[in-house]
Amino acid sequence: MSALDRKLWRDLWRMKGQALAIALVVTCGVGNYVMFLSTLDALSTTQVAYYRDYRFADAFATLERAPESLGRRIAEIPGVARVQTRVAVQVRLDMPGFPEPVAAAVVSLPDDGRPGLNDLHLRAGSLPAVGRADEVVASETFAAAHGLVPGDRFDAILNGRRQTLTLVGTALSPEFIQQMRPGSMMPDSKRYGILWMGRRALGQAYNLHDAFNDLALSLYRGVDVEDVIDRVDDLLRPYGGLGAYGREDQTSHRFLSQEMEQLTTLGRLFPAMFLGVAAFLLNVVIGRQVAMQREQIATLKAFGYGNGQVLVHYLKSVAVIVGAGVLGGIALGSWLGHELAAIFTDFYHFPYLDFRLPPAVVAEATVASLIAAGAGTWLSVWRAARLRPAVAMRPEPPPAYRETRLERLGLKRWLSQPARMILRHIRRRAFKSLLAVLGIALACGMILTGLFQRDTVGYMMHVQFGLMQREDLSVTFTEPTAYRSAFDLVALPGVRHVEPFRAVPVRYRHGHLDYRSVVRGFEPGGDIQRLLDTDLRPVALPADGILLTDYLAGLLDVRVGDRIVVEVLEGTRPTREVVVAGLVNEYLGVSGYMTLSALNRFMREGPTISGAYLGIEDGALSPLLRELREMPRIAGVAERRQEIRNFHRTMDESMLFFTYVATVFAIIIAFGVIYNNAQISLAESARELASLRVLGFTRSEIAYILLGELGLLTLFAIPFGLWLGEGLCYVIALSMQSDLYRVPVVLVPQTYAFAATVVLVSAVLSGFAVRGRLDRLDLVAVLKAAE
Amino acid sequence: MTDYASVQPAAPRSIFEIRELSKTYQMGEVLVEALRGVNLDLHEGELAVLLGPSGSGKSTLLNILGGLDVPSGGQVRYRDRDLALFDDAAMTRYRREHVGFVFQFYNLIPSLTARENVALVTEIARDPMTPEAALAMVGLGERMDHFPTQLSGGEQQRVAIARAVSKRPQVLLCDEPTGALDAPTGVLVLDVIARVNRELGTSTVVITHNSVIAEMADRIVRFGDGRVLSVDTNADRKSAAELTW
Repeated sequence: MSALDRKLWRDLWRMKGQALAIALVVTCGVGNYVMFLSTLDALSTTQVAYYRDYRFADAFATLERAPESLGRRIAEIPGVARVQTRVAVQVRLDMPGFPEPVAAAVVSLPDDGRPGLNDLHLRAGSLPAVGRADEVVASETFAAAHGLVPGDRFDAILNGRRQTLTLVGTALSPEFIQQMRPGSMMPDSKRYGILWMGRRALGQAYNLHDAFNDLALSLYRGVDVEDVIDRVDDLLRPYGGLGAYGREDQTSHRFLSQEMEQLTTLGRLFPAMFLGVAAFLLNVVIGRQVAMQREQIATLKAFGYGNGQVLVHYLKSVAVIVGAGVLGGIALGSWLGHELAAIFTDFYHFPYLDFRLPPAVVAEATVASLIAAGAGTWLSVWRAARLRPAVAMRPEPPPAYRETRLERLGLKRWLSQPARMILRHIRRRAFKSLLAVLGIALACGMILTGLFQRDTVGYMMHVQFGLMQREDLSVTFTEPTAYRSAFDLVALPGVRHVEPFRAVPVRYRHGHLDYRSVVRGFEPGGDIQRLLDTDLRPVALPADGILLTDYLAGLLDVRVGDRIVVEVLEGTRPTREVVVAGLVNEYLGVSGYMTLSALNRFMREGPTISGAYLGIEDGALSPLLRELREMPRIAGVAERRQEIRNFHRTMDESMLFFTYVATVFAIIIAFGVIYNNAQISLAESARELASLRVLGFTRSEIAYILLGELGLLTLFAIPFGLWLGEGLCYVIALSMQSDLYRVPVVLVPQTYAFAATVVLVSAVLSGFAVRGRLDRLDLVAVLKAAE
Repeated sequence: MTDYASVQPAAPRSIFEIRELSKTYQMGEVLVEALRGVNLDLHEGELAVLLGPSGSGKSTLLNILGGLDVPSGGQVRYRDRDLALFDDAAMTRYRREHVGFVFQFYNLIPSLTARENVALVTEIARDPMTPEAALAMVGLGERMDHFPTQLSGGEQQRVAIARAVSKRPQVLLCDEPTGALDAPTGVLVLDVIARVNRELGTSTVVITHNSVIAEMADRIVRFGDGRVLSVDTNADRKSAAELTW
């Protein structure tokens, strides 16, 4: 090893605390980037492979009933590669040992082999035997939630008839990576499942011999999906087609895509913040290092070391620090990526997840870190390297201090000499002080971003389930039912209050934009189900027109007063225009709202309901659920508390994971920034402070001068950081918007207090660390040393 | 006193020819005129002592001779080459191959041992001694693996001399080499400098404001207010050991 490299390592060893702090910040940044991006890579490569291997369809359609021959005509549409006609129905199940009614989608499997599209990945058992009407395969998550194994039996109500089914296998499907019950907020694999059954058996149960009500098709590469969809719609229209749609609108695919977009945003936002902080710290630390070694640089150059060699020498030390951080970050990131991928494998029900460390991600993280490091250090190192040796040998000209504006304003009288020193010092190093404030503020803001998700989830729960959906149970009938059925529910033991509702699947259209969702109708003035505006004031249902979730209005690009087309996707399927009468604020789900009677009129039907919200008496839940289970016309029951639990579980799995990671990282940053700043201040002022000690100042008095500056900067940084943090929270909230939920930015006072406290504690601890060194300041040595 | 200090009987070969050399620099908000038209020749193999009070410009001259600084005006020729015309790379090569420097405050790299400080130079020189040989020459063969803080001032300065001569430079430039040392230690250091001058034939320039040191020089150049005041040949050159102050 050359003598210069030895110097490098010893210099690094001497500044190990600071170097470690910077390396840790880089580790956090790179770790974040690698975690997000490798997970994203794993998700997308797995998705592509899974879709390909199991032939996930490119377009889908549901319809009332069409003869099998229509499938052949659809196959003749130019661009269509393969058509799979199916029978798909929603059924109710009675699971043994589970008191609540359970809903399921049953999808047919061809009797003559594996499905040509949307193939199953069998996890256990086998496919139903040909001709066996009682054999089904269940989605693995559903089977797992109920502890089902092949051979187990349970009852289903198929087309109004109770039938006992035997589970012969469990499977995964690319079509149901995310299994969401239509109209539900969150996945709940205990109360909603997917079943697959032989085509003939299912067709017979639903009078669909040689006919189908569901369609999946694949296209040749490069074919315009919209074009094919239009042609399919034309062919399906006479058969009650509900409108074909591409992958983009397929529930499971859509949620997966949104999750991936979120990852991309977060995967860039957090690392950028960390690397920014690392650049700042390197700027401070290496800048100081170079300044302190001015004479050493001069000596090296006096003996014939060139500018390039000096430059490389200092850049090497930057590279070592950053390199260590990058290596740590890659290790941390791939570990966290594994964890996150495991969460996603579970959440999305992939048969496998190809997690690997993509070289491109590692390379990007490394290059980004080096760029950040270069940005932070290049200038000071380059300047030092170019310094003429004789100039470097001379002490730096004494800094030019001036009175601060604060003093000129007349405050001088009240400022002690040490206070003036603090102010003038900050003023002279205005840019550096600003950077320090920015660094501390960033740490403070980051803590907010880590915690805001927790606050927000609490708030969303409060609004959604405390103010809007206040029922204990919601009951759905198997099909639209006469209004008087509500009275049957009122008569049930333990039921305190009933508010019937009508829910109609529709397609909203405005111009070229469209969105499939539901219209919900209920009676105005209800106590259980309420709609709120953004200020949480109840919104009355209009006598005419429709209210839309504000997010839906955004998707359709409509404003209050605009007319939209509502295409009903059930019954007689009327298509009508309605006026958007207002917007409601909802954090979960997307729908439109009308009064029950207006919706009935809209549907040209008598008083009809789809279900009801129930308020029940304490302790009445279990007997009531048993009672409801015995009523065949009830398709499903959702318990509010259960929805809350589901919501929390989903949030815990996907969001809160980041909360802890971000908070820990933020604390590292806060500490790194403040500690480094304190160290640098000490190094820079050591001589000055030693002189004061010689003049008779006490240790506390000089500590006041040194730490006073740090304290002042920290106090400036905290409000700024809280403000910055709020901004970052908005960016994150915006990136998390999806059909599933919109995240408002809610920050409770305790969160602000926590962020401020972490920063203050970091400042105080750094202060103590520096104070310790200040107390050990060797006066004689400091004063004797040549500047 | 002639205007051109070189005009002397049977002038030996010059290693440096300095003509009308001037140097001004900015020090904070003050403009400092360090050299105001210096004319001087320095000879191959001689030991010249530059005497003068602080601020007289002698360090500035030394820095320019050593390629640490560039003049504002005038000419410095090192063996027929004009230093003022050197670009940065040429200047670096010049320092690397021709010049050895000894500073008042030693300027050792604190994170390197004595041996490593010398190696710093031998690693980039063309025909260096080994660090061990250089350190043995200054009498520090036993303390090679000590860090600067473990060495006395005199020892540190001897390391600095070993570092400066290890590359076998044509010129050894010493800026107040004894300025930070007590007299007996200073004598030891001067003895090493004189030995290098004698044994290696290195042209040596020593700056000092201590006139006693001038007694060991071949020639004494007196400086004042940025100009050469006088150049005297020392007929009665003493050895370092004979000096006291």
